Amino acid sequence: MTTLTKRADKIDRLAELTQQTESTSGASLWREALRRLRNSKMAIIGAVVIGLFVVMAIVGPWVAPYSPTAQTWRGEVFANQGKFVGMRGENWFGLDHLGRDLFSRMLVGARQTLLVGVVSMLIGLVIGAVVGILSGAAATLGGKVGQRIDTVIMRITDLMLSLPSLLLAVSVAAVMGQSLTTVMIAVGVVQIPVFARLLRGSMLAQGGADYVLAAKALGIRKKRIVLTQILPNSLSPVIVQATLSLATAIIEAAALSYLGLGNPDPAIPEWGVMLSQAQRFFDNEPMMAAYPAVGIIITALGFTLLGEAMREALDPKLRG
Amino acid sequence: MALLNVDQLSVTFGGRGRKDSIAVDGVSFTVDQGQVVGLVGESGCGKSVTSLALMGLLPEKGVKVGGRVEFDGQDLLTISRRKLRDMRGSQLAMIFQDPLSSLNPVIPIGIQVTEILQRHRGLKGEAARKEAADLLDRVGIPDPRRRLKEYPHQLSGGMRQRALIAMAVACAPRLLIADEPTTALDVTIQAQILELLKELVDQEGTALLMITHDLGVVAGICDEVNVLYAGRAVESAGRRELFAAPTHPYAHGLLGSIPRLDAPRGEPLRPIRGSINDKIAWADGCAFAPRCDYYTMECLTGTPELTEPRTAGHQVRCVNPVLPKAEVSA
Repeated sequence: MTTLTKRADKIDRLAELTQQTESTSGASLWREALRRLRNSKMAIIGAVVIGLFVVMAIVGPWVAPYSPTAQTWRGEVFANQGKFVGMRGENWFGLDHLGRDLFSRMLVGARQTLLVGVVSMLIGLVIGAVVGILSGAAATLGGKVGQRIDTVIMRITDLMLSLPSLLLAVSVAAVMGQSLTTVMIAVGVVQIPVFARLLRGSMLAQGGADYVLAAKALGIRKKRIVLTQILPNSLSPVIVQATLSLATAIIEAAALSYLGLGNPDPAIPEWGVMLSQAQRFFDNEPMMAAYPAVGIIITALGFTLLGEAMREALDPKLRG
Repeated sequence: MALLNVDQLSVTFGGRGRKDSIAVDGVSFTVDQGQVVGLVGESGCGKSVTSLALMGLLPEKGVKVGGRVEFDGQDLLTISRRKLRDMRGSQLAMIFQDPLSSLNPVIPIGIQVTEILQRHRGLKGEAARKEAADLLDRVGIPDPRRRLKEYPHQLSGGMRQRALIAMAVACAPRLLIADEPTTALDVTIQAQILELLKELVDQEGTALLMITHDLGVVAGICDEVNVLYAGRAVESAGRRELFAAPTHPYAHGLLGSIPRLDAPRGEPLRPIRGSINDKIAWADGCAFAPRCDYYTMECLTGTPELTEPRTAGHQVRCVNPVLPKAEVSA
């Protein structure tokens, strides 16, 4: 009798244990990548820097101790005589050449910098992706006509790539006049060929993959092959590039502002504009240039770190 | 009239300024409903190119395809591309060698299966999902509802190949081409997959063209066997015929090179010497002659023809066929 109950217990226990192992359904590729990102120091540092930057951009205007535009301490700064005010208890980062609080200007300026970076990156990403998909799809599945279309598109992007990016941005800005939108478009245009080439190349590489051949062998239509087979497999380098592009977009927007092609509205401080204004007084007050410069560098570094970490996390060769 | 009639199929790869290379050089065979026909040979003998040519999957650029491929009375080589695309997946289907790379890594299995059902049978939504689950169940994947949501990398190798087979047979194709379907799998899984394919042939009457280099697979499943060498059939026979009396020196060598468990210890393996790179053009003689133990001057003058030196239906392309000792002395 006892042996029988023992056996029943054993079977129950076994069933229990097999039930437990049932729930080991794994994660998708993206979740897998996310898990690896969480284990990467580089990704965490990058994410923290970006997080701080975004928080600053959102709450900046409310926590700024003073108005970023009011020339409250105008009487204490005499720029043409070389008399500046540096760090002090009242003004943590000191004053700029017009007697405005630099700390407040940095806080408020973060929003503008982020906006320029994100919008121009998105302009480049969206247009570049559309061009890249067209070109990649034409090259992989379009036959002879498609290859010709691809060649034409790619020569145009080559042309854009061969121009120094800043020169291209300056030309666009010069044609469109001086405004915030101009900066975003100019910086975005520079990114278009980068995204287009990247996506096309990635799609070409995927076009020869076995599963594309298998899909063809099953009679799947070309349009569906592009959209459901090739495209989703080609996106990871583009996502990485988007992160890295944010960094370059911020730097390039700053460069445009520095060259005097940025937002002319003095009411909205922006790091690039601040840097550009500070250069005139670099001899007497280098710190005035240092704050926006360091801000730009750290932000760009944050995006670059995260982008590099994502590149590693999404690399199929490292997938375990 | 057989379901698939391949007549003098030839495939030539060429490019601007490069010398043409002939991958398939006048291969002919037939596959009937419910029949398993094998194409056997070593790497580079043209077996995979043959299968891709049948499906119309060779690149358009730099490839010349000649001969006739008649499927159910239609020539697949001259049919419009649109029509061929409609036939792929519904009438003709193919299973590939590497199940992992043949599945889209970023999309769950379920979507990949329902995609075909939607394309060829117009099934949508829940109806498609139910049919997909039934298909996975039929090819022996346990708990199919859950598997439908999983990604290819979460399945085991055998399971992936089963999923691919499910996709291939989703629309009950009349001809299934299996290009080394068991090469990437371990031996026990190989046996299961072969068993599954056999079942499909027996139950559905599907015609199966089995492309393999594994003579074990041939022995296990094929009714008819074509041994290819350098783009041409060198021997074509029923399975029993071939294994009982391999007549072309190449087929003879292939069978002789299989390690045997009952061989005495220390017995050296007997490979066919040389490699497929040591070949001469078929126009000048027998391509296998440089590696052959039996070649004579006759082998180096003119192309040998397919003949039936022993029994009807057992074709051999050789002027010095290997005959059993009894027959030689007779």
